[in-house]
Amino acid sequence: MSYHNPPTTPRKSSVFDDYTLSEIRRAASTGIYDIRGGGAKRKVPHFDDLLFLGASMSRYPLEGYREKCSTNVVIGTRFAKKPIELKIPITVAGMSFGSLSANAKEALGRGATIAGTSTTTGDGGMTPEERGQSQTLVYQYLPSRYGMNPDDLRKADAIEVVVGQGAKPGGGGMLLGQKISDRVAEMRTLPKGIDQRSACRHPDWTGPDDLEIKILELREITDWEKPIYIKVGGARPYYDVALAVKAGADCVVVDGMQGGTAATQEVFIEHVGQPTLACIRPAVQALQDLGMHRKVQLIVSGGIRNGADVAKALALGADAVSVGTAALIALGDNDPALEAEYQKLHTTAGAYDDWHEGKDPAGITTQDPELSRRLDPVLAGRRLANYLKVMTLEAQTIARACGHNHVHNLTPEDLCALTIEAAAMARVPLAGTGWVPGQGGL
Amino acid sequence: MRTIDLGSTSLRELNELLHKQTSGTNETQWEILNPRGGHAVAVGVDSPLNIDIKGSVGYYVAGMNKQANITVHGSAGPGAAENMMSGKVVVKGDVSQYAGATGRGGMLVVEGNASSRCGISMKGIDIVVKGNIGHMSAFMAQTGNLVVFGDAGDALGDSIYEARLFVRGQVKSLGADCIEKEMRDEHLELIDNILKRSGLNGVKPKDFRRYGSARKLYNFNIDNADAY
Repeated sequence: MSYHNPPTTPRKSSVFDDYTLSEIRRAASTGIYDIRGGGAKRKVPHFDDLLFLGASMSRYPLEGYREKCSTNVVIGTRFAKKPIELKIPITVAGMSFGSLSANAKEALGRGATIAGTSTTTGDGGMTPEERGQSQTLVYQYLPSRYGMNPDDLRKADAIEVVVGQGAKPGGGGMLLGQKISDRVAEMRTLPKGIDQRSACRHPDWTGPDDLEIKILELREITDWEKPIYIKVGGARPYYDVALAVKAGADCVVVDGMQGGTAATQEVFIEHVGQPTLACIRPAVQALQDLGMHRKVQLIVSGGIRNGADVAKALALGADAVSVGTAALIALGDNDPALEAEYQKLHTTAGAYDDWHEGKDPAGITTQDPELSRRLDPVLAGRRLANYLKVMTLEAQTIARACGHNHVHNLTPEDLCALTIEAAAMARVPLAGTGWVPGQGGL
Repeated sequence: MRTIDLGSTSLRELNELLHKQTSGTNETQWEILNPRGGHAVAVGVDSPLNIDIKGSVGYYVAGMNKQANITVHGSAGPGAAENMMSGKVVVKGDVSQYAGATGRGGMLVVEGNASSRCGISMKGIDIVVKGNIGHMSAFMAQTGNLVVFGDAGDALGDSIYEARLFVRGQVKSLGADCIEKEMRDEHLELIDNILKRSGLNGVKPKDFRRYGSARKLYNFNIDNADAY
């Protein structure tokens, strides 16, 4: 009988997996941290871990297509003389001209306008294209103050003071030299071709007491007309929202770690900030504890993809949601039809995230005139409008199934969770039980 | 002359009145009494008014000013003339932090001292300070001119872009990527022009030294990582 010594199957480490090894080699070879666009790619508890219960013996559903299920939302009812009314509870998040092409910004404005919602400027000022094509435009007030001026402030329909964003709570902006075209440079008052390091803190206020005075100034400059939002990353949602209310916000935007960025360190995106699902209930709790729920509106963003996500965020207490990454996909970002070109950039459709390099084959995250021309703003705007309308229909479908005549009437009682983690974060019972982790129950 | 007493008129009424003035107005002389350290006094003005504020003010006096000449006959709190677009703001006393922050045009004149972060992220404004300025002044300053008769605190011009800094006294330390630069004739003329427009005198352009960007941090290089 011959001695047989079967070889073991080659086994790769789960700690040192292929991606980790490639990153170590990349760092060793380049000497710079990895920069990319988008939000957290790691798997975290998310809306997929929640389910709606639907109607049953104890509550009856509404008839689809016949019985009305409203979706409108009014933002800015606390202090603004001119609150904004949106037809749908889905807004388009702040993305800058600079990180995006002028055509992409125009497409976002067109799509949002057709769908009856707002779009938002970014860290590069307001372009005439996006003001012209956006019926309702939110003007971001950022630490860099690139292009900031009182005329655009007055042209805006609302003002969003950006304290942080989900992809990088505590981080500033970064637009690398290759995307600084003549127009981008002029709008930002900087030389062409240099890296732009937007500050992580505002230059003229620190902390909530100062912010209250800053908001007073912005309201005085705009004669108290505009709703003022405060946007925070998913850091300490309970306290951040409470302090935003104290500082005088009409609306608070809470952006979880799946929320995208134009360009930030990979280590920042994946390791700082909390998942969107973990942020909503503490944010709502803060509003409720202050008696301000529904009086100060809450917008949730970070990984919103479909009408189910919208309905779940609203059920947990948000007034509206915001989409960024998904809006870019709707415009045509990461389309498999461009696979051959993604391969040339050493990536694949669905994984392309080197938005800072300005080589986007879809013509969205670029300032290259030839690439930018590929995006037809009218057609892309129509695609975004279609997508926003589908999401709205989906959210209505769920709300009707739960017996609600307005999407805002969805409640946490309509939900259960598939995992203990999601049950704990969303503060809804684990499916098949009455158990809300951390809160007792059967 | 129109006189508004903030002891009996609200801030909202004052700013609304100022915003209603148009470029062709004959009512160009305004006097504001009893500001009592109030915030956001005379912000967002966009017409060629002459506004005298008789007393000290709080945060953001003359914020985002366009066209107006605003004089504070007292001291000003943080963010005086922040994001000014054009016009001129004069503070007879001292100013707190972030004076002239992100200013894009016009001129801010401080006849006393300025605290830290004077001219932070300035984007085209001219700032003249008769006294001293505090630490981290002209942080990330993009363009425009900062002229200081006295001394500058620590880390002047940290991460500066293309703004020009002129200091007559001592600079305690320079920030990352900020260096002393040669004073050429064009700079002497520039200072002379700024001094004339400021209305301040008693100093000579050649008494100043020039500081600006070494431009070494404009594009990332791992070997400069210690400077970030």
